[in-house]
Amino acid sequence: MASADSSNVGSSTQANTAPSTNSTADAQQADATPTAAGRAGDAASEGEAETKIAVSNLNFWYGDDTHALQDITMDVKANRVTALIGPSGCGKSTLIRCFNRMNELIPNTTLEGRVHVNGQNIYQADPVAVRRHIGMVFQKPNPFPKTIYKNVIWGARINGYTGDEDALVERCLRQAALWDEVKDSLHGSAYNLSGGQQQRLCIARALAVEPDILLMDEPTSALDPVATGKFEDTISELRSEYTIVVVTHSMQQASRVSDETVFLYMGRLIEMGATEQVFTRPQKERTEAYVTGRFG
Amino acid sequence: MKDHSAFHPQLDKRRRYGTLIAGLLFAATMLGLLVLATLIVDVVTTGSGWLSEQFLTGYPTARPETSGIWPAIVGSLYLMLIVAATTVPLGVGTALYLEEYADEGGLKRIIQLNITNLAGVPSVVYGILGLGVFVYLFDMGSSLLAAGLTLSLLVLPIVVISAQEALRSIPQGVRESAFALGATRSQVIWHHLIPMALPGIMTGVILSLSRAVGETAPLVLVGASLAINFTPAHLLDDFTALPMLVFQWTEEPGASFQELAAAAIIVLMAFLLLMNLSAILLRNHFEDQLAG
Ligand SMILES: Nc1ncnc2c1ncn2[C@@H]1O[C@H](COP(=O)(O)OP(=O)(O)OP(=O)(O)O)[C@@H](O)[C@H]1O
Ligand SMILES: [Mg+2]
Repeated sequence: MASADSSNVGSSTQANTAPSTNSTADAQQADATPTAAGRAGDAASEGEAETKIAVSNLNFWYGDDTHALQDITMDVKANRVTALIGPSGCGKSTLIRCFNRMNELIPNTTLEGRVHVNGQNIYQADPVAVRRHIGMVFQKPNPFPKTIYKNVIWGARINGYTGDEDALVERCLRQAALWDEVKDSLHGSAYNLSGGQQQRLCIARALAVEPDILLMDEPTSALDPVATGKFEDTISELRSEYTIVVVTHSMQQASRVSDETVFLYMGRLIEMGATEQVFTRPQKERTEAYVTGRFG
Repeated sequence: MKDHSAFHPQLDKRRRYGTLIAGLLFAATMLGLLVLATLIVDVVTTGSGWLSEQFLTGYPTARPETSGIWPAIVGSLYLMLIVAATTVPLGVGTALYLEEYADEGGLKRIIQLNITNLAGVPSVVYGILGLGVFVYLFDMGSSLLAAGLTLSLLVLPIVVISAQEALRSIPQGVRESAFALGATRSQVIWHHLIPMALPGIMTGVILSLSRAVGETAPLVLVGASLAINFTPAHLLDDFTALPMLVFQWTEEPGASFQELAAAAIIVLMAFLLLMNLSAILLRNHFEDQLAG
């Protein structure tokens, strides 16, 4: 499985591309054991969903003092929606940003441990090639100051897309449930859209490079209930084609859209499992307190 | 009804205080404007009588009636071209390096500190540097090139700092979402950061050009001519510039030369006005393009 899918992350150049930041030194060193890839293979042979992202012993620091992630080990299964939940400041954003090497854009950060995507250590690959296969939607809608059309097509263009651009833009906007609202103003500024529309535009933009995985950090925190509903429908429709990781503060949202739930608390992974189980039969007291709304 | 007895609004007193402050601020603005207006009116009334085709297209002579400023106009234009051609790539490049590439740390802090300090160095000092380095060491003589490069050094910090400000004001989300789509750093820079920073960069460039075109001290030091009877055409030609003529004519005895100097100042001010206008137009143009 690892070899069949390895082309999904990085191109042929990945193997000899040295990691570009100081933060990856430990990750590289620790990569000798093929745990994650092996585990992924086992899972597949047991007839479960295959592992898309395998995280092992992940530690992350901001500066020298903030130990934001402590020894996280977890799997994200392919074609499932995985929800990351936990109280504010527990490290959800930090964790999701480790999956596409976004954190290394922040100066003075250190990462230890391994993140394998499709069996390959992304911290040993070319970050550009890694990110190209992992779409991301951020907490705040952040369209480019360009037209709606250019927002969607830009990622495809820089990645050398040679197909029918109009068709791609339409398909992505439809997938993001935005097409009907913007089809007459494709060449108007994206800044004229409402917050909820901008957020769906950001999804369309992420879809346009045909990623394998979609990471979303509190994608609906700026949306009203109607837009949120549409957004959740969109997620449900996308799950068959994509592996989705979504950070959310809303227990209802987590239980509505996700198959798997991961509960983080103060930088540690407290519990993970099928969403239904985490919400109805949590194993840990803290998880129960959080999902029932007694703290957080 | 809530008990508000612990509050003493004194609304009248607060309003009077507000009005007083507003009045003082208005007075401060007016004072500055008044001085400026007086200066402009004075210059225009003194000099406008001398503005003629002969003045604009003629060459400086010993007699005010036949004097013109054509070589100075050409010289000043050339200087601006040289300054723009060197400071835009150097300044924007430096800003991009510092903001987008350089690691946070000691080296960056030292460079940053130096750039900020250089922006405050008096222009005479740059003149001395230009004389030593460009005129003598590089053997350029008292040429357009030597003076242009000296002025470039003088305004380079302004261009760097304003370009840095422009880059810093771009939300981090733009960079992150572009990187998240699999863009390389240079794609992020060329496709997003430069277009978004362009209005700010333009403002900095125009400001520095305005500063450069009005500078006299560095020109005096690198040895710009006071009066020349030809139009400079090559980078290594001798030259004169508008501030040089103003400087020379105000030194001359006799009212006519003072009036001539005022006329040259009017031309210089028209230059600046034109540049600021083009800055605004360009800025609006690029902002429209960004939005559209
Ligand atoms: N850029 C940063 N620099 C320094 N510390 C940071 C930075 N970003 C996050 N942190 C710290 O790391 C910890 C985890 O932050 P993170 O943003 O991952 O939390 P979160 O779970 O996403 O919270 P929220 O639900 O409020 O978004 C927090 O203690 C936070 O203060
Ligand atoms: Mg967060």
